[in-house]
Amino acid sequence: MKNNKHTLSVLVENRPGVLTRVAGLFARRGYNIDSLAVGRTEDPAVSRMTIVVEGDDYVIEQVTKQLNKLVEVIDISNITQKEHVERELILIKVKAEPSVRGEIMQIVDIFRARVVDIGKDTLIIEATGDIGKINAIESSMKPFGIIEVVRTGKVAMLRGPKYGSE
Amino acid sequence: MSAKSERVSEVMQLGSIKEKIQESRNAVSGAELVVRALEDLGVDVVFGFPGGAVLPLYDALYHSRKIKHILTRHEQGAAHAADGYARSSGKVGVCIATSGPGATNLVTGIANAYMDSVPIVAITGQVAVNAIGRDSFQEADITGITMPITKHNFLIKDVKEIVPTLKKAFYIASTGRPGPVLIDLPKDITVKEAVYDPQVEVDIPGYRLPVFSGNGAISRVAEAVMQAERPVIYAGGGVLTSGGERELLAFAEKLNIPVTTTLMGKSCFPENHPLSLGMLGMHGTMYANYAVSQCDLLISIGVRFADRVTGDVSTFAEKARIVHIDIDPAEIGKNVAVDFPVIGDAKTVLAHLLELTQEKRNAQWLKTIEEWKTQYPLEYEDNGKLKPQYVVEQISELTGGRAFVTTEVGQHQMWAAQLYKTALPRTFISSGGLGTMGFGLPAAIGVQVANPDAVVIDIAGDGSLLMNIQELATAVQFELPINIALINNRYLGMVRQWQEIFHGGRYSQTDLSCQPDFVKLAESFGVEALRVERKEEVRPALKKAIESKKPVLIDFWVEREENVFPMVPPGGSIKKMLRGLGR
Ligand SMILES: Cc1ncc(C[n+]2csc(CCOP(=O)(O)OP(=O)(O)O)c2C)c(N)n1
Ligand SMILES: [Mg+2]
Repeated sequence: MKNNKHTLSVLVENRPGVLTRVAGLFARRGYNIDSLAVGRTEDPAVSRMTIVVEGDDYVIEQVTKQLNKLVEVIDISNITQKEHVERELILIKVKAEPSVRGEIMQIVDIFRARVVDIGKDTLIIEATGDIGKINAIESSMKPFGIIEVVRTGKVAMLRGPKYGSE
Repeated sequence: MSAKSERVSEVMQLGSIKEKIQESRNAVSGAELVVRALEDLGVDVVFGFPGGAVLPLYDALYHSRKIKHILTRHEQGAAHAADGYARSSGKVGVCIATSGPGATNLVTGIANAYMDSVPIVAITGQVAVNAIGRDSFQEADITGITMPITKHNFLIKDVKEIVPTLKKAFYIASTGRPGPVLIDLPKDITVKEAVYDPQVEVDIPGYRLPVFSGNGAISRVAEAVMQAERPVIYAGGGVLTSGGERELLAFAEKLNIPVTTTLMGKSCFPENHPLSLGMLGMHGTMYANYAVSQCDLLISIGVRFADRVTGDVSTFAEKARIVHIDIDPAEIGKNVAVDFPVIGDAKTVLAHLLELTQEKRNAQWLKTIEEWKTQYPLEYEDNGKLKPQYVVEQISELTGGRAFVTTEVGQHQMWAAQLYKTALPRTFISSGGLGTMGFGLPAAIGVQVANPDAVVIDIAGDGSLLMNIQELATAVQFELPINIALINNRYLGMVRQWQEIFHGGRYSQTDLSCQPDFVKLAESFGVEALRVERKEEVRPALKKAIESKKPVLIDFWVEREENVFPMVPPGGSIKKMLRGLGR
C-alpha cells in the first residue's frame, strides 16, 4: 500500500485538554502528524483542527476510526479527495545584505508575498498559499541563507455552501 | 460571616431576592450532589478508600442510606473490585479514591478495565481548583495520567457540572463498547453548593453510538454461513457484554457450528456442550486451534483478534473467509483483513442471523472435529502427585461449572481457562488484555458483593496473590464468603515456563521458595485456611470451604515445575503448537 498525505478536517469541542487527547492518540498508536492547525470556528464551543497525516490506506482508516472514538471529537472529514481550498502561512527570516535585497524583493513579488520586517542584514518575509507555493518560496530563499522559518501548518475549507452539506 | 449569610448578602445585591433565597435553601453541597446523583443512577455500592481531598464526599456518603461503601485496603483493590462487580453483574462498578497517591493507585485497575472493556466509573479527589498546577500536596494530574487508559475522563471545575458529568460518565461507560470513565473532583467543588436537579439534560455532541450495519451486511453473512462447509464461531467478550449468549447458543445449535471462545468470551457458551471447543489461542485446545486453521468460514463475534489468539497473523485461519461482528468499528480490520464486516452488538446481529438462516447439519465437519477431540484431548501426566490441573478439574466437577471463578495471572489462570468448564454466562472473570497479577482476589470481592449468594472462587497463583493479599481484610470485614484456591508452586510459574522453554532453563528471579506461610498469613486476617498436599484431600477440602459460607483459603502445594500445554510459541503459527508430554 502506498503512503500518501491526507488532510483531515476535524471538529472538536472547544475544551481544555482536547488537543492533548488528539495528539496523545497519534503518539500512542504510532501515527505521524505532518502538521496540525487548530482554532475556534464560527461556533465558540467548537474548534476545527486541520491535521495532515501521512500513511497508507490502513493507517488513515485506523486514524479516522480511533479519532471518532474520542468523546470530544464531533466530526471528521477526510477532505483530501474533495474540492477544497487550502492555505498555509510562512514567515521566513532570510539573510539580506543590501546587495541582494533587490533580487529578494523580486522573488517576493513573483510569489505575491510581503516583506514584514527589515533588519540590518535580514528581511522577514510573509507568504500564504497552498503547500506547493509555500514550499517553492522557501526553497527559492535558500540560496540567500535562511535564518529561521515558522510555518502554521495547513488550514483547509471545503468549497461550496456549508461544511458537511455535500 | 458564615458561608450562608455571605451568600445571602451577595444575593441581595443581585436583586431577585425571593427566588435566590429559595434556591439557597434548596442548595446542597457538591459532595451531596455526587451522592444523590449516584443514588438516582441506581448505584447501591461503591468501593473505595478515603483521604483528605475526598473528606467532604465521605461525609456525604456517611449519611447515605442507599449506598453501601466497601472499604478495600488499597485503591487498586477498589478498582478491581468495581471491575469484578461490573463484569459479573453487567452494571457499572464505582470506585473512589483520594487525590495524588490514591488516584495513582487506581491506575492499574483502570487500565485493566480499559483493556477488557469493562464499565467502571472512578471518582478521584483533587486539590482545590486554584491549587491545581502548583505541585500542591497530594496533587497528581490524574486526568492527564489516565487519558490513554480511559474511555473518557472529566475534571470538574464548577459545582453545577457535577450532576451532568456523573450522568455523562455512566452513559459513556456503559454504552457502545463499554469502558472506564474517570471523574476528577477538586475538593472545593465538593463544598460549594448548588440545587440538585435530577432531570438535568445532558448532551454529548461528539459521542454517537455505532451505527448498525443493516440488513444487507447480515444477509451476506447468512448466505456465507449457509454455503460454508467447515464453519467455526470464534466468540469473545462482546457476546457477554451484549447479553447475547442465548442467541449464540440457538444459532450454533440450529446450524451445528462449533464454538471456540477467547479468554474474555469464556462462559458465553456452555463448555459441556458437544459443540464447545473450549478456548483457542496460545494455550487453547489443540482441537480449537485445528478447527480455526482448517475452517472455511470463521464467524468472529465480539472479539479483537488479539495476538494471544492469532499467533502469526499471516497463517491465522488462512483457509477461511472471515466474518467480523463488532460494536466498535475501529476493531474491524485492525489486526486481520475481514471479508464480511458487520457493525452492531452481538445479541442483535445474532438474532437477525437466526432469522435469516436455515437448519444445517455440517455432519462431516463435526465428525472431523470429534476425531480431533479424541486424538488431542487436554491432558497431563497423572503420576499420583498433586497436580495443579487436578485441582482445577475438581473445582469444575464439584461446582458443576456453576460457580463464579476469578483468576490471577499466570499458569494457574491458563489451567483455569482450560479445565474449569463454565456452565453459566459472566462466571469467568479474568484479566485478559492487561494480564494483571493481583486482579483475582479484589475481583472476587466485587463479584461476591454483586452476587451475595453465589459461590465465588479465586483460582490464584502464589506470586499474584501476594500482590493484593491485603484484600483478605476486606473479605473478612464485609463477611464475603469468597474462596481462594491457591495453586502454590512457589514459582512465578508462567515466567519460569518461558525461561525453561526459551531461555535455556535459566530461572532468573522466578523462584519464590521464600514466600510467607499462606495458611498463617490468611489466619492472621481472620480467614480460615488449610494446606493440601495430597490428591485425595482436594475434594473434601474444597467441599468444606464452599459449605462454610465464610472466606476460606486453601493452599494447594502442587508439583512445582508443571507446564501449561498445549502452547503456541508467541508470534508462531499453530503448526508449531507444542503438545507437551514429550510429544
Ligand atoms: C503486575 C504484573 N507483574 C508482572 C507480570 C508478569 N507475569 C506474568 S505471569 C507471572 C507469574 C505469576 O506467578 P504466579 O502468580 O505464582 O502464577 P503461576 O504462573 O505460578 O501459576 C508474571 C510475573 C504480570 N502479569 N503482572
Ligand atoms: Mg506460582
